[in-house]
Amino acid sequence: MLPGIGPVNAIAVLFPIVYTLEVPAATVMILFAGIYYGSQYGNSISSILLNVPGTSAAAVTTIDGYAMAKQGLGGKALAMSAIASFIGGTISIFFLALFAPKLAELAINFGPAEYTVLMVFAFIALSSFSQGSLLKAIISAFLGLAIAAIGIDSTTGVSRLTFGMMELYDGIDFIVVVIGFFAVSEILIMLGQKESDQSKMQPLTSLWITFKEMTGSLATSLRSCVSGFLIGVLPGAGGTIASFIAYATEKKLLRPNQFGSGDIRGVAAPESANNSASVGSFIPLLILGVPGSETTAVMLGGLISFGIKPGPLLLETSPDVFWGLAASMFIGNLFLIILNLPLVGLFAKILQTPRWILMPLITMLCVVGAYTINGSEFDVLLILIFGLIGYFLRRADFPLAPLILGVVLGDLIETNFRRAMIYSGGDVIIFFESNICLTLWILAAVSLLAPTLINSIQKKIHS
Amino acid sequence: MRKPMQSILGILTGTAIAATTMLGVAMAKPGNTECIAPAGAGGGWDFTCRVPAAQVMGDMGLINGTMAVTNMSGAGGGKAYAHVVTKRGDDENLIVAASMATAARLGQNVYSGFKASDVRWVGALGADYGAIAVHKDSQFKTLGDLITAMKDNPRRTAIVGGSSAGGWDHLKVLILADKAGISDLKAINYISFDNGGTAMLEILSKRADAFTGDISELVEYEKKGNIRILAILAPDRIPAVPSAKTAKEQGYDVIGANWRGFYVPKNISNARYNEWVDIVTKVANSSQWADLSAKNGLAPFKSFGKDFENFVGGQIGKVAQISTDLGFMK
Repeated sequence: MLPGIGPVNAIAVLFPIVYTLEVPAATVMILFAGIYYGSQYGNSISSILLNVPGTSAAAVTTIDGYAMAKQGLGGKALAMSAIASFIGGTISIFFLALFAPKLAELAINFGPAEYTVLMVFAFIALSSFSQGSLLKAIISAFLGLAIAAIGIDSTTGVSRLTFGMMELYDGIDFIVVVIGFFAVSEILIMLGQKESDQSKMQPLTSLWITFKEMTGSLATSLRSCVSGFLIGVLPGAGGTIASFIAYATEKKLLRPNQFGSGDIRGVAAPESANNSASVGSFIPLLILGVPGSETTAVMLGGLISFGIKPGPLLLETSPDVFWGLAASMFIGNLFLIILNLPLVGLFAKILQTPRWILMPLITMLCVVGAYTINGSEFDVLLILIFGLIGYFLRRADFPLAPLILGVVLGDLIETNFRRAMIYSGGDVIIFFESNICLTLWILAAVSLLAPTLINSIQKKIHS
Repeated sequence: MRKPMQSILGILTGTAIAATTMLGVAMAKPGNTECIAPAGAGGGWDFTCRVPAAQVMGDMGLINGTMAVTNMSGAGGGKAYAHVVTKRGDDENLIVAASMATAARLGQNVYSGFKASDVRWVGALGADYGAIAVHKDSQFKTLGDLITAMKDNPRRTAIVGGSSAGGWDHLKVLILADKAGISDLKAINYISFDNGGTAMLEILSKRADAFTGDISELVEYEKKGNIRILAILAPDRIPAVPSAKTAKEQGYDVIGANWRGFYVPKNISNARYNEWVDIVTKVANSSQWADLSAKNGLAPFKSFGKDFENFVGGQIGKVAQISTDLGFMK
């Protein structure tokens, strides 16, 4: 649950060890897969309890998770996060086992034009993250887009917004943005509060989820699992976009809701989508040899060293790796829930730690986390700068989730739009040609109109 | 009576002398060694540090103790380059992973003014040769077909690759086109993707016309019969893809080797530089490395010491010339 010290680092560190021990490849893959979403859940803990998402995918969980923690419902949020992760993770494994080769085709058919439309769809989700003023959400998203533009532009090789600083040539890591804007600004806000307010804020009440809450979140978890899985299959989209879209969809679909101020379904949706997306991302890795995320990229490197080449031949040449992985993910999921549910109460006790111990500890985690990403002092400086900006934004009631969305989407939407335009010779018709594009446009339209429609239908029913 | 301060100084001096003496003994073999991978975990540079350096050098007993691997990503290797030149210029126990990408970036002068002569080049111990491929149903049957299309209708011939514009995958196509007598290199329609794998999807889906990458990225797809390799940019055919013709066989004398190797800081002693050359030569010639490199899709490629320094210099010159012609560099 250290921010920044995510699965990528864990796997990279373990790799040389297992290599020397001459562990069979299938076992190694299983170990890596276990780490992969073990740390995924660890990240939810810090998101919910401390408002410190360890990865960009967990940023959405902070919205309702941390709101619940502030109301003393941190235990419930943690338990829901574990259950939703389990549902998302487990069901998606069945999708993986049943449809892997078929879904690989989806990844192939998803070209730059399709990605561009998917990003437009994700941007429409933006309106769900505006707590009040839509203008503020848009400004926040544009700030994110500006951060995303920093670095060398891959389409032309020109460097942008780097001010001649070599540290900025590669752009800014998501985690740095997330730690800065969420965690550091949170510390600054805590500093501004009186000790007495703080202790009142988080009394621990019930840890357990009621039957009603469970059944209420079940449908949310299932829907988010399906959408998360499909987005996870697309290399490049991944868990962050999956969690944002799932949250936004549920917020629009469910009426009434308290999304944004501590709705338990606001925890279930991103957590289920996130886990199911990480299972989905194994499809392009194993069937196509294309890593869909940083973590799967490290795994790819690892597998190759063992003489196993993920790719179109894997299912034929090394079925043991594929099926071993599917089975291990299932077992891993089961263990996660068995281990984590009884520990929820213990984790939630973190909140009872006095502030004078907790705050320096979080600060230390942030600095260590930012430093370990690239071993760069510059990143540490950046989290402090972002923390300050984030502090003022939050004081002025700017929502931060759109900013993260902007950072994640900025690069994707831009490069894919330009790729598509190069293919078509500058003709926008390319965005309306394929069935996938058309489906996504329809979904986008529905998501834009759904809240108004549902509202008017409900009014009719009531009147 | 001696003051406490003096006795502390005395102890410190004594320790320093002892340390220096120990260092003198260690000169026989590098100890406390470190390899900097100028990128994050999982990439080619990381592999170069972890496998041939830390693992094989350690197993063969060429260094004392274990080698630490430091990932220092940033500016496409530029951050590590600047770090080594400015802060570690005389570190006798440091080696740094390098590849064709390092040379390409030096050629394009994007390492904030640092030159190839600011470090010493030790050697290369393997290479991933370039390759050009198309979909199995493509209208292009030979390299000549593709080059004709690039000449006649460059805008309609989309070529995809995993490097950014001006990067190594792009440069390979440009060097090839240059050799084939295409004068307007700017008209060549190269589309950049995040990595070789995602670029390959563009070929499998037939959205793009041709793929430029390294052989290791293609082997599995070729075996499965999804793609056709038009040419490999190697001096000879490669056992992994025996039916793929070299560009040279087809009349285009172009070799594109993404070599993997090392450089060391400039101001180390000649004796230590020669030791590093010797160590890398031994690793390159070992059976352990032969096995590991083949598993990782690398072909044999050996060049050491002075030869390697000249080779890198030549590559940098070539990249500089093409990049200037194309306006990537002023």
